[in-house]
Amino acid sequence: MLNLALSLAFALVAVAFVLSGWRLLAGPSAPDRILALDTLYINAIALLALLGIHQSSTLYFEAALLIALMGFVGTVALCKFLLRGDIIE
Amino acid sequence: MLEILLSLLILAGAGFTCIGALGLVRLPDFYTRLHAPTKATTLGVGSLLVASALHFSTRGAGVSLHEILVTLFLFVTAPVSAHLLARAALHLQLRSLAALPPEAGQAERDENPVDH
Amino acid sequence: MRRLLPHPFLTPALAVIWLLLVNRATPGQVLLGLALGWAIPLFTLRFWPETARMGRPLTLLRFVATVLYDIIVANLMVARLILGRPERLRPVFVVVPLALTSDLAISLLANAICLTPGTVSARLAPDRRHLLVHALDAADPEQLAAALKRRYEAPLREVFEPC
Repeated sequence: MLNLALSLAFALVAVAFVLSGWRLLAGPSAPDRILALDTLYINAIALLALLGIHQSSTLYFEAALLIALMGFVGTVALCKFLLRGDIIE
Repeated sequence: MLEILLSLLILAGAGFTCIGALGLVRLPDFYTRLHAPTKATTLGVGSLLVASALHFSTRGAGVSLHEILVTLFLFVTAPVSAHLLARAALHLQLRSLAALPPEAGQAERDENPVDH
Repeated sequence: MRRLLPHPFLTPALAVIWLLLVNRATPGQVLLGLALGWAIPLFTLRFWPETARMGRPLTLLRFVATVLYDIIVANLMVARLILGRPERLRPVFVVVPLALTSDLAISLLANAICLTPGTVSARLAPDRRHLLVHALDAADPEQLAAALKRRYEAPLREVFEPC
């Protein structure tokens, strides 16, 4: 039961990766691509949570936390760049 | 019983994640696309992480709540990045289906003079 | 007292975050968490220009419960809109006049608006009196602005600006 749900969930998250990857490539504008990157890193957290359950390992938690931190900082830095043309003022 | 609950949480989480990414592809303009990942994906990942916390807490090795930390962090940061993205889009005056309030884009430019 | 403990709410919050991070609740970790929660606000004092004053913890709890409930409802709604027919959407920009003045209250309001019913806060006017909100699907913009004010702003005013 749990294994079936996990397999389905892996498939769904993989589809999510492909869809946001398409938006990343298609654009058309810079904010669109940033939004796609934002979605991609959240998807990566989802994938890590699933992997953690699948392998019953808590190791992935630290990776998920780091991706959450770095992804957020990255999105903010890119948005700041679009707004200001510069990141560090 | 627990397994059913876990499976439901996992499926709902993955489903919402997928719907969020689908919205990213399907919705017509940037401002509407902005809604999909900030809402659907955040709840999707949130329920996946709750499932993970539940899974590790019931394996006999003590309560495991640190997934809650990632969830909290996501719920705090998602609105901030959405807000910043919306501001960047207004600044670049992206095409929108909704009528832009007349002075918004201009005011954004005045406040953040840029030499691109 | 004020000099030694500048942010009485931040200390326990940081301690809880520390306990979640190490994922253990032994007495030693509790003490370490409390020590960190005491030291970090003290050393970052200059980054906190205004001290938030909170009254009415019950109203705050009710506000948090409302937002959590709305997050789930909003997600189901957004999911339905995505799976439905995107060409039928009625996206709209709404200007919400603000009655709040404190920074913390305004950012909490903006965050609540972002997480809930199909709306994203897009821009705060420089005079801090208007918030531009983008709604995914709104039949009546006026009504939406009124609903946002009633549901989120009113409790926040009660908590942060008792007068």
